[in-house]
This record gives sequence, structure tokens and C-alpha cells, in this order.
Amino acid sequence: MDFYSSSSSTISSHEEPHVLAVDDNLIDRKLVEKLLKKSSCKVTTAENGLRALEYLGLGADQEHSTNNNGSKVNMIITDYCMPGMTGYELLKKIKESSILKDVPVVIMSSENIPTRIDQCMEEGAQMFMLKPLKHSDVKRLRCQLMQCQ
Amino acid sequence: MEQIQRKLAEYTASLYNEKILDEQFIQLQQLQDESNPDFVVEVVSLFFEDSERLFNELAKALVSKITEFSILVCKNSNQTNVDFKKLDAHVHQLKGSSSSIGAQRVQRVCISFRNYCDDRNVEGCLKCLQQVKIEYTFVKNKLETLFKLEKQFVDAGGSFPVV
Repeated sequence: MDFYSSSSSTISSHEEPHVLAVDDNLIDRKLVEKLLKKSSCKVTTAENGLRALEYLGLGADQEHSTNNNGSKVNMIITDYCMPGMTGYELLKKIKESSILKDVPVVIMSSENIPTRIDQCMEEGAQMFMLKPLKHSDVKRLRCQLMQCQ
Repeated sequence: MEQIQRKLAEYTASLYNEKILDEQFIQLQQLQDESNPDFVVEVVSLFFEDSERLFNELAKALVSKITEFSILVCKNSNQTNVDFKKLDAHVHQLKGSSSSIGAQRVQRVCISFRNYCDDRNVEGCLKCLQQVKIEYTFVKNKLETLFKLEKQFVDAGGSFPVV
């Protein structure tokens, strides 16, 4: 079965990367979506970690699912402070998955807490970004995404 | 048309000078384009709706839990049945969204509010709730006026420079 092959890891300059954006705040979700679209990304949003995992096919009842949304996602950007499952916990779940561990995960937070940043980077986060996000932040991210893929 | 343009420019400048809005609002405006010409109004409207919802939640978490008697008790002991964690979670949301649209003054009050939550200070929280509502109403009025002026400008044939 070919579904976890290369499509998620190579982006040609003609393709739009598909980003999953996770944030419990409605306004922030709308903003990050627009920022990403402005940087030519295809965007799917989720309002919490559980929904994000379900979308990716990593949900609790999805062990034998044929949900292959995960293989279509080129990057995940998530808020840190979310009720239920934090962005850090989501990051861990993604890194534990054999299918998704190589998908870059970016953590966003309104709080600049060094221990929090270290914790995320140690767990394999691609980047940690301070909110509110600016257009220049997303542009930079987009460039990084193109280069490391 | 020139008059409207000047009025709009002056009004906009005053919002930044009086620190009612910060540069995050400019970021929002820069995201607006032909594919989404009402983006700023849409996001700000979402902010209004979400904030009103949060004020209801804050009132439930704080005001309804307090009776005159319990305020007396609170002053003398640390007894309270206010769920500060919940309160803080709601204020965190409000802080986040006000920061995201550039509503600087609202955001500032939220920061103080969270400090009072951390200290479990009921009186402080009550004061902040009052204060944040005042700042919110203020910025809401200002933004509504801004949008009205912008509409007048566009209706008079004006267009915004593409950034």
C-alpha cells in the first residue's frame, strides 16, 4: 500500500502545501487561516487537539481506519494553550506516530516562556512562534517548509 | 472626497496615538485583499461576538458567585467559591483575541485581570471585569466609527492603497 509514500514529503514549487492549523480561539483560527492562505497554502483548521488527531487519522477509534488525511498534510501549526489537550501533548502524539512523525509541527503561543519553548523543541517541534502571528512570520515559515522538504 | 479622506486619516491616526489600537490592526488590514474585501470587518465582528460571549461567562464565573455576605467573608479569609481557574481560562481567551486584532487597551486590562486571578483576589477581579467592559465598549465604538468612515470614503469613490 502506497499511502504513506512521498506525497507528504516533497513539495514542488507548483503545489500548495497543505497545513493543518489547530487553535481553540475562533479569531486566531480565522487569522492563521488567512495568513497561511496569503502565503499560498491550502488550510484545514481544527478547534482542538482531539479534532486534529481525528482529522489526521490518529483518533482514539481510528486504529484500523483508512483515513489518510494525515498523509496529505505537509505541516501542522498548533496553539500551545488549549483546553483538553495542549499543543505540546498534540505534538507528542504526532511524533509518536509512525505515519506522521516526520511532518513538521510548529507551536504558537502568546506567552514567551523559555522552559515551554525548550520543552517543545526537545520534543521535536519545528519552530516555536509568538502570537500574534505576523505575515512575515508565516512567510519565513513557508520558506523553511520549502527548503527542508 | 478630500474632506472624507482627511477625516479618515485623522481618525485612524488618533486610534494609534491614543493606543486604542496597535500595529496588529495594521497586520489585519494588510491581509485584506480583493479575494476577501471585508476581512477586517469580519474578523472584528467575530471579536465582538466572541467577547460578548466571554463577558457572559465571566459574569457567571464571578458575579453570580458573589453575594454581599461572601464579599465580607472574602475580605477576611481566603474563602470563596469562585472558580479562578475557569475565570482565568476565559480571560486568557479574551486576552488572546484582543491581542490578535490589536485592541491594546483591552489586552492590557486582561493582563491585570489574570494577575488577580492568580492571586485569587475577588475584588481585583471584579474591578478588572468592570474595566475590561469599559475598554471593550470604547474600542467597539471606535472601530464602528472607523468602519463607517471607511465606507463613506469608498462610497465617495476612494480606494485604499494596495500594500
